[in-house]
Amino acid sequence: MSTLAIDKAGPTRKVKYGSMSRDRAWALRWSYFFLVLFAIFSLTPPLYMLITSLKSSAEISAATNPWWVFHPTLSNYVELLTSNQFLRFFWNSSMVSIVVVIITMLISIPSAFALARMKFWGSTTLATGVFLTYLIPDSLLFIPLFKMLAAVQDITGITLLNRWYVLLFVYPMLTVPFCTWIMIGYFASIPKELDEAALIDGASWLQTLTRIFIPVALPGLIAATIFAFTVSWAQFLYPLVFTTSIDQLVLPVGITTTLIKGDVFNWGQIMTGALLGAAPPLIIYAFLMDYYIAGLTAGATKG
Amino acid sequence: MADVALRKVVKRYDDVEAVRGIDLDIADHEFIVLVGPSGCGKSTTLRMIAGLEDISDGDIMIGGDVVNDVPPKDRDIAMVFQNYALYPHMTVAENMSFGLRLKHYPKAEIKARVTEAARLLDITDLIDRKPKQLSGGQRQRVAMGRAIVRNPKVFLFDEPLSNLDAKLRVQMRIEIKKVHQKVRTTTVYVTHDQVEAMTLADRVVVMNKGRIEQIGTPNELYHKPATRFVAGFIGSPAMNFIPCRLEDVGGTLQIRLTDRIAFALPPARAARYNALPRTDKLLLGLRPEHLTESHAHLEPGVESFDTVLDVTEPMGMETLVYFGLDGTPVCGRVNPNAGAKDGAPMRLAMDLNNMHLLNEATGVVL
Repeated sequence: MSTLAIDKAGPTRKVKYGSMSRDRAWALRWSYFFLVLFAIFSLTPPLYMLITSLKSSAEISAATNPWWVFHPTLSNYVELLTSNQFLRFFWNSSMVSIVVVIITMLISIPSAFALARMKFWGSTTLATGVFLTYLIPDSLLFIPLFKMLAAVQDITGITLLNRWYVLLFVYPMLTVPFCTWIMIGYFASIPKELDEAALIDGASWLQTLTRIFIPVALPGLIAATIFAFTVSWAQFLYPLVFTTSIDQLVLPVGITTTLIKGDVFNWGQIMTGALLGAAPPLIIYAFLMDYYIAGLTAGATKG
Repeated sequence: MADVALRKVVKRYDDVEAVRGIDLDIADHEFIVLVGPSGCGKSTTLRMIAGLEDISDGDIMIGGDVVNDVPPKDRDIAMVFQNYALYPHMTVAENMSFGLRLKHYPKAEIKARVTEAARLLDITDLIDRKPKQLSGGQRQRVAMGRAIVRNPKVFLFDEPLSNLDAKLRVQMRIEIKKVHQKVRTTTVYVTHDQVEAMTLADRVVVMNKGRIEQIGTPNELYHKPATRFVAGFIGSPAMNFIPCRLEDVGGTLQIRLTDRIAFALPPARAARYNALPRTDKLLLGLRPEHLTESHAHLEPGVESFDTVLDVTEPMGMETLVYFGLDGTPVCGRVNPNAGAKDGAPMRLAMDLNNMHLLNEATGVVL
C-alpha cells in the first residue's frame, strides 16, 4: 500500500541528492587546509633544530642557506651524549619528573575521588578552590616559595636549596591542582551506580577506588600523567631559581647555562640538547596514547 | 535468606519528606514489588533497605537485626540496577565474582558458583566477554548473575527492566520469575510499571507521595482497591470514575449517573451502601471489562443503557470503546464482533456486581 502511494506521488521537483556529502567534502577540505597550515607552523621550529643540530659550528656561522645541511655531521650528538655533564642533567630531569609524577598521582587520585564522590561539608567549594589555585601564575609564586623553603632550611637544618630534590617539593604545587581537577571530571563521569554496586558487593572505599575507579578512569589518569610529566620536564623558571650548582641542574636550565658562555652561543649543541630533551615526552606520549582509548566505560550502563 | 521489616521509616531531604513513615513486613522467600508513579518514594525506600541512603527516622530490620547504621557491604544484600552498573573493565565472569573475590572465597567455590549462576541465567557462552560486547538483555542477566552468586539474604531490584525494549521486558520478566522460583531469595523489586508489579509479585505495595496506599496480592489490589489512587493505578486501561449520587426511589436504593441514567443497585450492594448520606458526592468506579455490549438476557445486577461512541480501538481480542457520560470520558471493553463503530450509537451493559463506590472528596473506596 505504502509503496503504491509513493509511486503515485512521484518526484515533482528535482531533489539535490548528495548535497549532504558535498557539504561534508567541503568541510573536509577546509579542515585539511587548516591542519596542514597548523602542522607546518608547529613543525618548522623542530625541523630547524634538527637541521642546525646536524651542522658543524663552522657551517652554522658561515653565510650559507640555513635550511640546508651541506656537510652533515653527528659530532654535536656524540659530544653531548659522551659528556658527563649533559648525562647528569638528563638524569636529574628524569628523576625529578618521574618522582613528581608519582607524588602527584598519589595526592591527586585520592583527593579527586574524595571530592568527586564523598559528599562532605565544603567539598564543592574545595573542588573549585583546587582549580583556582591552578589559575595563579607560576611566576608570582617562586619568590614566596623560595623564602618559604629558605625558612624551612634554616629551622630544620636540612639543605633544600640548590639541590635537585627541592624540585620534588615545588613541582607538585603546580601539577597537583590541575591533575586533581581533571581527575574529578573523569571520576564524576563514572555512573554513580558503579560505586554503589561495588559498595554492595562488599568493597571498601579504597577498594572501590583501586579496583573500579582507577581502571575505568584510566584515560583520565593517563592524561593527568602526561600533563604532570610535561610540566616537570619542561619547567625552566623554578629550577633556574632553586638550583645553581652545575651538578644539580635539570636539562632545560643545564643546556642554557653551560652551552651559552658569555655571548658565545654553541648553537649546534644547544639545538641537539633541545632535540634530545624533547625526546622523552614524545616517547611517553606515543607509548601512552595506545592506552588512551576513549569510551572505556562503554558497556557499564545503558549507553 | 531472611525477612525484612520497615518500622515508621522516614526519609527527609532538607525540607522535603520523600518517604513519610512507612511500615512494611516482608516475609522470608517473599517477592514484594514496590510500585508507584515517579517521585513516590519507592526507589528511595529500596535504597534505604540497601543502605545507600541514610534513614532520617524509623528502623529497618533484616533477619531481625536493626541495620540502620550497618554499611551496605555488611547487610548481605545484592542489588540489580536499572542501568545494570556492570564493571566495564571486567569480563562477565569477573563481574559476577567480584563480590566473592573481595571476600576471599576459595577459587574453586567461586568458579562453581559463577558456573551455576551462568547456567541458571543461560549466559554460559558469554562468560569471557566484556559488558560492551553484550546486548541490553544479556547485560541485565549478568547483573542478576552478580546478585545470585553472592547468595545474599535479600535481592533488591531497582527498575531492572526499564531500559529494555517491550518484547525483551516481557521475556526478562518471566526469566526473573523463574529465577525466584528456583532460588527463593527474599526479593524487593521496584517498578513504575503496574503490569510488572502484578505479574511478578507475591504481594504488591502501592506507594504514592511517600506513603503506602495499599499492600496486597495482585488480585486483592485489582478487585478490592482501598483508594481511588490504587483503583486508578492498577489495571490497564484504567478504571472509570463516573460522578454519581445515591437516591431512594420507591424503597429501593438506586445510583444516578446522569439525568437520564439511573440504576437500582443489586441487593448486596444496596445493603452495603444504604447507610451512606444521600447528599455525598460519590464516584462510581467501574473497570472497562465491566462495561460490555448488551445482551438480550442480562444477569441480575447488570444494567443496560444507550450511548453514542466517540472512538473505538480494535485490539484484536477485544475492542475498546470510548464515550462520554455528562462530559466524563468512559472506556468500555466489547467483543470485536459486537459491531462497535466510531460515532455510532450502541447499547452497553454495566455490571454493577463489580462496581466500586468512592467518596469523591477523600478518594476512599466505600
